Amino acid sequence: MVVLAPPPEQHGALRRFFANLRATPARVKDSAFRGGKPDTDRTRSTFVFGNVFLHLHPVRTHRWSLRWTATMGLGIASLAAFLITLITGVLLMFYYKPHPAIAYDSMKDIAFVVPTGNLIRNIHRWAANVMVLTVILHMARAFYTGAYRAPREFNWLIGMGLLVLTLGLSFTGYLLPWDQLAYWAITIGANIAQSPREVTDALGLTETFDIGGLQKLLLLGSDTVGEEALIRFYLLHVMILPLGLVALLSVHFWRIRKDGGLVRPVDADRRLGPVHAADYPVFTEEPRKTYQLAAVVRGKSGAVARGPENTVPSMPHLFYAELAVTMLTIAICVALALVSDAPLKELANPQVPENPAKAPWYFLGLQELVAYSAFMGGVGIPGIVLLGLGLIPYLDREKDGTGEWFGGPGGKELVLQALFVGFGAALAIEAFAIRYGWLREWIPDIPQLWITVFNPGTVLTAIYAAYSIWLVKRHQSTRAGALGLFTCFLCGFVLLTVVGVWFRGPNWDFYWSPSDWPGH
Amino acid sequence: MSSNDPAKPSRLDPEPVPRRDFLGKASLWAAAATGVFATLGIARLPKAAVLSSPSRKFKVTLPENLPEGQAFVPPGRSVALFRDKEGVHAVSIVCTHLGCIVKPSATGFDCPCHGSRFAADGAVTKGPAPAPLPWRKVTVDGSDCMVDEDASVPPGTKA
Repeated sequence: MVVLAPPPEQHGALRRFFANLRATPARVKDSAFRGGKPDTDRTRSTFVFGNVFLHLHPVRTHRWSLRWTATMGLGIASLAAFLITLITGVLLMFYYKPHPAIAYDSMKDIAFVVPTGNLIRNIHRWAANVMVLTVILHMARAFYTGAYRAPREFNWLIGMGLLVLTLGLSFTGYLLPWDQLAYWAITIGANIAQSPREVTDALGLTETFDIGGLQKLLLLGSDTVGEEALIRFYLLHVMILPLGLVALLSVHFWRIRKDGGLVRPVDADRRLGPVHAADYPVFTEEPRKTYQLAAVVRGKSGAVARGPENTVPSMPHLFYAELAVTMLTIAICVALALVSDAPLKELANPQVPENPAKAPWYFLGLQELVAYSAFMGGVGIPGIVLLGLGLIPYLDREKDGTGEWFGGPGGKELVLQALFVGFGAALAIEAFAIRYGWLREWIPDIPQLWITVFNPGTVLTAIYAAYSIWLVKRHQSTRAGALGLFTCFLCGFVLLTVVGVWFRGPNWDFYWSPSDWPGH
Repeated sequence: MSSNDPAKPSRLDPEPVPRRDFLGKASLWAAAATGVFATLGIARLPKAAVLSSPSRKFKVTLPENLPEGQAFVPPGRSVALFRDKEGVHAVSIVCTHLGCIVKPSATGFDCPCHGSRFAADGAVTKGPAPAPLPWRKVTVDGSDCMVDEDASVPPGTKA
């Protein structure tokens, strides 16, 4: 090879070396952030699409999406709560040991020996609770604004998957402390998994087709809640479910963008009125050349034929809003963690059940139903609810009211009426069952199948379904029926949860207040 | 020329299955088969051939002065033993609803978790329990009793 470069100067190489050394910090920064300061429309765009973590966002965001009432920040709050549990969870893994002999001791260590251990555990616990709450509220928001409608049907299904994974994460985390609360909640949970036996026993099929027994065996890895169960729950809690959640989350965010951004009414632009250039710099610089982000998207795209007039750069408008919601979520979790300790009861004792043995609050509605029929409360009715939720976007193909709170035929009045029906029916059936008992008390020899099919939970579900069908006929609209049904189930969930949390005492008997509980 | 000979196909003739198609299809089928076999293998793993549960057969000596109708629960076991004139019998104290440990009471058994009540012979009298408490197999050998928690006997069987 012939070297064509001129011979180096006597001292030039060393000078250049030091010049490069001096320039290195600036060059490292330039090479990491190629776009430069996000102070023009162009650099704000590259700030978004040039960053692997931000590029799930659109470069420009519609002004409607930034209104507080459009989303209330519930999705971002759920994500923030998840990130908090992720970070605090990894920290807890430094000390937690998943074996029955030492799990409880390691919890005690975290609470009393590890610096900040108790605070980290409290934040983890509270962030998990906040996440369940915000995920449910986020789902309600998406439902009431009609965000599940085409082209966003599939993202609604992904969201349901995320709800199930969130509840699964909470449930598996509940066993890990290996205290009385954990042990008996998981015993009950595992037996709910086994509850299809209630039906197969009644039909005489258990010998040949024991799906319930298999489910329990797979969950516990043994007949009883022991070391196999603990390591399985641990594996699910720290690895399998979080990985699944992250995978679904990525699809969820990606689809928001691909489905045309957040839902908004068709006349959103008109309602927002003209843009004040001072408030929302739409084009901050005279474009020297025409550039745009164009993508050819197959199928129906919500983003075509919309001008940029009502959009603003995501950086800073969207990102600052997201950051604000994130910081607020962190503040709430830390504040709760400072004032309220995560519970840790006595060491698990397989001989003496906790009395009452209560699941975490978001499962107490189900536990209330389970106290009537294990199979219907734990498997049947949740299955029906999930199926119904999944079908909604494919049955409601209407357009009216998309992007509006409680939009669609009937609107707010219908939801208000459904609130009364939902609460009223749940209250009536609970009061009746608490006051007069149910079939087993009236006819002791009644076959179990009767109770499985006909119990307060199934009666309530049937009332809600009938009401919803009546709404479809009355308003000639599937959306009206869906509005009624969703509101009713939300009411039922809230009421049963309240009864389970505050009005159930030892032996799952009804008490007006915990101060009335008998000493035991 | 060999290409004019109909019996001898030339390599210039179109192949019955083009090579690219063959490779593509072969990879697809290989991937599908691998997926099926891997899934089946993975699905077998979580169910061990031998479970780690402790033995549920045990020997116990009933207290001399155990009154008739009074339950005796051996420590760490989930059966209640009774002795009367007809002999000894054992009733499971695991609730048939959701697996809580029921408490012997004046009328039979009470479950603390969801309020199921059972009569002294294990029959359900109240609450969500779908089935009666099963009776377990007891064999009496002198003053000792052998109890097998895995073997059920019809209610009323006493040893």
